[in-house]
Amino acid sequence: MIFSLLITGAPYSSQSVATAVQFAREALQQGHTLHRVFFYADAVHTGSKLATPPQDEMHIPNEWQQLAKDNDLDLVVCIAAAVRRGVLDEGEAKRHEKPAGNLQDNYQLSGLGQLVEAAMISDRMITFAP
Amino acid sequence: MSQIKKSFLLINRQAPYGSSAARDALDVALTASVFEQDISLLFLADGVFQLLQDQQPQGIGQKNLAANLSALPMYDIDQIFVSASALQQRGLKKEQLSLPAELLDDQQIATLISRHDQVMSF
Repeated sequence: MIFSLLITGAPYSSQSVATAVQFAREALQQGHTLHRVFFYADAVHTGSKLATPPQDEMHIPNEWQQLAKDNDLDLVVCIAAAVRRGVLDEGEAKRHEKPAGNLQDNYQLSGLGQLVEAAMISDRMITFAP
Repeated sequence: MSQIKKSFLLINRQAPYGSSAARDALDVALTASVFEQDISLLFLADGVFQLLQDQQPQGIGQKNLAANLSALPMYDIDQIFVSASALQQRGLKKEQLSLPAELLDDQQIATLISRHDQVMSF
């Protein structure tokens, strides 16, 4: 089955992003396809390379990054939601004259069209809300 | 790609202000309409407050959501469903809503969800 995930909860504030990564890992292990993971609303903070949780806690941005590397996943962060909340890639940082970009490697900023396209292509869209 | 047409159900559970959920869902609805998908909106729980007329959020520095919701028919989004029990629990009546909406009981809501290809929840 082809899955896509919509995540709207903030990492660490809500369980949603952490649950989603476990779901994604299990779905892949069982041979399903993950077409796209779309980070929306407060979930955009998952894309921050500045997140620094204590060493003995799950590092949620890195968990996703590793999963994406191992499985060639498409991690898309909603550009409108991200820029609003201060998660920018180098291009956006330059465009808005900010001192630096802070989007983690293997994540990309893009529009809501990517979410709709994912829903059109996938058999199942699973929402992980706060 | 563009010839794929699916039915989307967007479930709204949150009040119009206090979180970004209502506006987030609306933006997804408008984007899906650009892709010419078949869109329905379902308002559950506190989501029914999104449909109240005469919202005045200027006092908390927010844009008026109802104004955007009333534009939905222009995007051919006219499948609007509301939980009858959620309205009743909050002392609201159908006449107070800013959009023509169909009231559903819990059994009908279950049927509505099951007949859509994709369900997203906000």
